Amino acid sequence: MRSMVNVPKTARAGDIIEIKTMIAHPMETGYRTGVNGTTIPRNIITRFVCLYNDEEVFSAELFPAIAANPLIAFTTVAVQSGSLTFAWTDDSGTTHKASAEIVVE
Amino acid sequence: MDIETAGDRKTVLRLALGRRALLSGVVGVATLSMVRPAMARPSLDAAIALFAGGREVQPGRVHFDIPPLVENGNAVGVTIAVDSPMTEADHVKRIALFNEKNPQADMAIFHLGPRAGRAAVSARVRLATSQTVVALAEMSDGSVWSSRANVVVTLAACIEDLL
Repeated sequence: MRSMVNVPKTARAGDIIEIKTMIAHPMETGYRTGVNGTTIPRNIITRFVCLYNDEEVFSAELFPAIAANPLIAFTTVAVQSGSLTFAWTDDSGTTHKASAEIVVE
Repeated sequence: MDIETAGDRKTVLRLALGRRALLSGVVGVATLSMVRPAMARPSLDAAIALFAGGREVQPGRVHFDIPPLVENGNAVGVTIAVDSPMTEADHVKRIALFNEKNPQADMAIFHLGPRAGRAAVSARVRLATSQTVVALAEMSDGSVWSSRANVVVTLAACIEDLL
């Protein structure tokens, strides 16, 4: 899985920063049938978590109604310099992780 | 001889009836099992009630941005913003999206806190057909607010088969 996260490199303490995340994932709903008439098994990302210096600031539970290559945009307050880590977990139990550094002045 | 034939006929008739009853039963079960996936999903109101957990759902405070006319239901951009100071004492805890006619009522549940700064979330969803979509916000004081939107979809998602 490939992911993309957009976090500002620098921010002033107390600033509200916007975070955009996207991950390449089919988000197969489990409601579709393939060429031979069998149901294509479900494979979706069910959970997304964002940690700011190891503290959870945002998370999401996702269902088949989320489009392929899930894009999630949200905000957080820049409190101190450090790292933001992102984790996506899908039905197969695979967790994909990404991180970004932020400098807070 | 005649009596025996009549008896046989009755048996045949009974058998036929039995078979018919059995057949209708089989058809009934088959129909039920075919309908089940659609019936298994709770209605929009039931899904909302489950999320609210018995609390009253009030309209307002939620700004739900979703296009009223969608060409492609496979990826519909949505933004949900909630009127909230997002402080430790008063903030949005959860933002949820529910639909009326997709195979599943739930779409997404976002967990926020005072560290979000602003209660605003964007994502892309799938819509199987033209329907009502509801955005809900659960506040730290326990109140639940909602906003409804009707969306017309010209190309549906979820139901198309692989080519």
